Amino acid sequence: MCGFGGYFGTVRDGRALLKGMTAAIAHRGPDEQGFFTAEAAGLGHARLSIVGLSDGQQPMSDATGELTIAFNGEIFNYVELREELRAKGRHFRTGSDTEVILHLYDAMGEDCVSLLNGDFAFALWDGRRRRMVLARDRMGVRPLFYTRQGERFYFASEVKALLQVPGVAAELDPVALDQIFTLWAPIAPRTAFRDVWELEPASLMIVQEGSVSTRSYWSLDYPDREVPPRHRDEREAAEELRALLTDATRIRMRADVPVGSYLSGGLDSSITSALAAGMAPGGLRTFSVTFDSAEHDESAFQLEMARALGTQHSSVACGAGDIAAVFPEVIRFTERPILRTAPAPLYKLSGLVREARLKVVLTGEGADEIFAGYDIFKEARVRRFCGRQPGSRIRPHLFRKLYPYLPGLRQQSAEYLASFFGADGSGLEDPLFSHRPRLDGTAATKLFFSGDLRATLSGYDAAEELAARLPAAFARWHPLHQAQYLEARFLLPGYILSSQGDRMAMAHGIEGRFPFLDHRLVEFAAGLPPQMKLKGLVEKHILRDATKDLLPPAIGRRPKQPYRAPDSQSFVGPGARDYVGAMLGSAAIGAGGLFNPKAVAKLHEKCSRQPASGFRDNAAFVGILSTQLWLAAFTGAGQATAKAA
Amino acid sequence: MTDTIRDAVKAFVIENFLFGDTTQALDDVDSFIETGIIDSTGVLELVAFIEDHYGITVADADIVPANLDSLARITDFISLKTASLVAA
Repeated sequence: MCGFGGYFGTVRDGRALLKGMTAAIAHRGPDEQGFFTAEAAGLGHARLSIVGLSDGQQPMSDATGELTIAFNGEIFNYVELREELRAKGRHFRTGSDTEVILHLYDAMGEDCVSLLNGDFAFALWDGRRRRMVLARDRMGVRPLFYTRQGERFYFASEVKALLQVPGVAAELDPVALDQIFTLWAPIAPRTAFRDVWELEPASLMIVQEGSVSTRSYWSLDYPDREVPPRHRDEREAAEELRALLTDATRIRMRADVPVGSYLSGGLDSSITSALAAGMAPGGLRTFSVTFDSAEHDESAFQLEMARALGTQHSSVACGAGDIAAVFPEVIRFTERPILRTAPAPLYKLSGLVREARLKVVLTGEGADEIFAGYDIFKEARVRRFCGRQPGSRIRPHLFRKLYPYLPGLRQQSAEYLASFFGADGSGLEDPLFSHRPRLDGTAATKLFFSGDLRATLSGYDAAEELAARLPAAFARWHPLHQAQYLEARFLLPGYILSSQGDRMAMAHGIEGRFPFLDHRLVEFAAGLPPQMKLKGLVEKHILRDATKDLLPPAIGRRPKQPYRAPDSQSFVGPGARDYVGAMLGSAAIGAGGLFNPKAVAKLHEKCSRQPASGFRDNAAFVGILSTQLWLAAFTGAGQATAKAA
Repeated sequence: MTDTIRDAVKAFVIENFLFGDTTQALDDVDSFIETGIIDSTGVLELVAFIEDHYGITVADADIVPANLDSLARITDFISLKTASLVAA
């Protein structure tokens, strides 16, 4: 795991620029830095040494010196690939996975990415053909951003490195802000920064004189719902799942340093921890976050699982003021406004791992997307169920069962429940049917947009753009698969793996590894019949079945507990941080120009007076505050105000 | 009487759910749910306002969109409830 930056084109004093770019992302690779320059190309690399500790320095060139790579991430099947290459007569000078990519590229060009099983982003300078090849892993675990200045092309693992390029200035993209305030994340390739773009997951980009071309080398696909499923026998499918997940975990334990594991207390990280515990020489270390508030805390389950596995367990407490204390730093790393505070505790968690002197952790992310764990999948099913008998006074009560942690739903009548969830039988042809209540509920936060911003965005519809990005085959998929695709293709890379994943872990130089996102497992899960994943209203049915011997019964049977953290209540009350008032004050809001100062003042007052605010108010509060912090961090706006406070 | 109720409820909705934003047209018959003005927590805030402001108790069975999902419906509902209080 590392970070890199570079350019294609003629750049004056390229080495100095590379040093500046690399320094900006030094947190991603605190162990060493390296640089490479050619006539019209440059690469800089900040290294976190995990594989090939003594001989894996980057940028790395092949024996001819014509191919040079800067690489972020891991190729988990590099051992097998290296053996195959050796059998074909290839000679290796190092024990690193980086060199494997160089040999593969030399043998078969950029199509070699289809052989890689890993989490990666890389830039490979091909001096023979005078072109820069950029690539990103299938699910979007590792980031890669780019921008242009005239004829010159720049790229980096984080945007803050691109901001070192003369002429590149941070400016908020209003369309991206609209997307965040509707979909929780920008739709790639768009980023929060105007004129800075993201290479989409599973994509290759070739940059050469006079042209830039991009293509996808893999896509998430589901079976046609009219075609009989390949897996009919549930027992056999569970066995295959277990074998794949075990192997996915096994190859993710490959490292020349110890590998630990996050342990949330839920099903997914308990499974990955249980599998890893049997593969960790010297025992497994596990790491958790605990909360003061009972509604968010899962420490009892974390401790039960740690005891059952015999791991060396550590936890970090996230108390009332902790989220507010780290939130400005969190936004500096997410590099985009966010509507939830959930990344903040993960920032603290990666700090705990760093203190424990580990560099690598497994996590359970991805299981909810590929095995249908999220409540939204059940919600869509209940909405269809209710829609079959509009007006039913019984059916809508299922919504209350889905969301026992939402106080606003407890006292609602069947009529209101049906209305809130759009469960009247309409909208079934809407491709975004599964997510429509969430999108509409989130878009209500745009109430706080200023008149100028509304005018700028007039006529733009983020949900419409999302719908336009869906593949042609989408209409032929089962509704559950359609909903899974929306989560796995957009929210997973756009929010979960970035704002909560890579960016929070790398803030402390920690590499997260995701066994559930091994593409073999992703493809296998996509091909499973929907009822094996969501059986009635029991989520991740086949995953529970396949791993029931690994977990204490209380955890194996545990319903999905969404990972949540206190939102607006983290920033109000007697101990509120000074910066909050400054960032949300009329002067700062007016200077930013994005929100209505009077409305924001009323929201701040309401959330202070009434901590148990609803979803819309909480999301708006966090979204506005994080946008203001983004402006302060990257454009300097509001800093004087914040300091004065 | 009904105009007074309507105006008071409208003022509460604008202040509490629209945060003073009067650029969004709020007609008497506009559905609060369809226009995204109120979410599930908002309904309970609305009920608390009605109870506090008009001294009536809103039974669970009365918390339905037919009574509370627009200015016109709320006005009718409060008028009916306060009239029955007076009659009692």
